[in-house]
Amino acid sequence: MEEEKLNIISLPVEDDKEIIPEMEVIEAEQGGREFEVETKNLSVSFNGRPAISDINLSVRKQTATAIIGPSGCGKSTFLRALNFMHDMIPKSKVTGEIIINKHSISEYDTVDLRKKVGMVFQKPNPFPKMSIFENVVSGLKMNGNKDKKNLNEVAENCLKHAGLWEEVKDRLKEPAVSLSGGQQQRLCIARTIAVSPEIILMDEPTSALDPISTQKIEELIFNLKKEFTILVVTHNMQQAARVSDHTAFFYMGKLVEYSRTRRMFTNPKEKLTEEYITGKFG
Amino acid sequence: MEETVQQYTSVFAKPKNLRRRKIVNSTMLFLCVVAAIISILPLFYIFFYTTKSGISSLNWDFFTQMPKPVGEAGGGMANGIIGTLILVSLGSVIGIPVGVMAGIYVTEYSGGLFSNLVKFVTDVLSGVPSIIIGIFAYGVIVIPMQGFSTIAGSFALGILMVPTITRITEEMLKLVPQSLREASLALGVSRWKTTLQIVLRTASGGIITGILLAIARAAGETAPLLFTAFGNRFWSTDLNQPIASLPVQIFNYAISPFEDWHNQAWAGALVLILLVFVVNLIVRIVTRDKFANKV
Ligand SMILES: Nc1ncnc2c1ncn2[C@@H]1O[C@H](COP(=O)(O)OP(=O)(O)OP(=O)(O)O)[C@@H](O)[C@H]1O
Ligand SMILES: [Mg+2]
Repeated sequence: MEEEKLNIISLPVEDDKEIIPEMEVIEAEQGGREFEVETKNLSVSFNGRPAISDINLSVRKQTATAIIGPSGCGKSTFLRALNFMHDMIPKSKVTGEIIINKHSISEYDTVDLRKKVGMVFQKPNPFPKMSIFENVVSGLKMNGNKDKKNLNEVAENCLKHAGLWEEVKDRLKEPAVSLSGGQQQRLCIARTIAVSPEIILMDEPTSALDPISTQKIEELIFNLKKEFTILVVTHNMQQAARVSDHTAFFYMGKLVEYSRTRRMFTNPKEKLTEEYITGKFG
Repeated sequence: MEETVQQYTSVFAKPKNLRRRKIVNSTMLFLCVVAAIISILPLFYIFFYTTKSGISSLNWDFFTQMPKPVGEAGGGMANGIIGTLILVSLGSVIGIPVGVMAGIYVTEYSGGLFSNLVKFVTDVLSGVPSIIIGIFAYGVIVIPMQGFSTIAGSFALGILMVPTITRITEEMLKLVPQSLREASLALGVSRWKTTLQIVLRTASGGIITGILLAIARAAGETAPLLFTAFGNRFWSTDLNQPIASLPVQIFNYAISPFEDWHNQAWAGALVLILLVFVVNLIVRIVTRDKFANKV
């Protein structure tokens, strides 16, 4: 199925002449859903060397957006900027504007912002000294929630949400690191949604996983976008095509093309995009 | 096809230098075993010899009685045992928080000149002979307070513990993957809670080992106590007064001309070793990792 889509690229498509600006198409398609994440001229540099520059991208509520591009093009840098993660790195500089939920990021307290913007990392990273249960509720617990009953409910809910409940319900007290890699990643997703964020950032969430686990996570992303706004970095074109509504193609720190996923994979506007998704480089 | 078979056979064929390889292999293994034995021998020897020489003087009185005046037989080191416990506990109260917090600061919160300075100074400090730490405590506490005291002794031991604890805390915190810090921050957990509840907790095993090493070393120190806590032949728990300690008492008894005192010195050494061992055991049990055997 995906193969087919990719092959169409070489055929001439009448859509080519379409002149409607892409953002308007996206707008029309999403029925005027509100913007959840907007960046304006967002640039990040490390040690004075720019990693991404002038990124303008708007993502609407409860959609999944894939971010693709060759290694080192700034995908992770972009994602981490949305979460203020760069303030951990000395000599990093973030300029431009990020608007989350209609408010500029500078209006938020960093810690509060991160409660709204969750993140799932490339390598599953459960807290090693904690049990499965403790991992899921760790965010709530560390922020002072001591209501046992509530924590139990949240844990069950989130594990069900992450499609892990059936596999772990009898071993909640066991160490989280005793789970398989794929289970650990779903546990990390459960942990992230436990603090009820609005946006979930995922940086290559399946690149360390086997095909079956990958498929489970993909299904999960597909379901999660009913409630959350998801931005997912991936190197896997099929994955981008399967899970996302929109795709952003980054190249050398620039946003080259941003459009509906279906369109991006059938009829990309830019030559560069076409070459990348057909595997001519990358 | 032919070629593949060829390749396989060549993989399984006996290499020409197999004999030499085997000899090198077993020689290296032999040397390692010898080294391992040498490294554990001193401990066994010390333990065996101390037990042999000290066990005769080790009785209930040794733990409950005060030293007897010169010439009288019997008596014990009750004051020394309690003195060492007090000195080491108070020293830990100073040394552990300072050491751990300095280690946290250096790894988690700085990267600049000051942090490098701290690292350099702790390295130098851990190489400074302990007697000099004693002189330092003499200068800053004994002289202003106009007398030897428990406080001065504890201070000296505390200072002695700081560099070991700082260094080990730093090394252990560095081993905690950055991704765990990020995972916690991304949950909307503040920086200091992340440091305490994720980073420190993850590294706790190694840090506790470091603290125990520092305590064991402090418990056995004589030199820094000589002109701080000084020693006391009488019962005292007054923090402003000189206090007895096992190492100093062992030292004084060992250099005495009396056979009886020599035996007591051996018994004191045995008690000191056992004390460190018991503290180790208790701390290990209290802080044991509940997942240790499950992963
Ligand atoms: N902490 C950092 N310090 C210095 N430079 C950095 C740092 N993080 C990223 N960079 C630089 O920023 C650029 C973009 O890196 P980034 O990690 O965003 O790429 P990426 O698109 O996520 O690549 P990949 O697909 O390999 O994960 C690279 O040139 C990288 O060297
Ligand atoms: Mg990346």
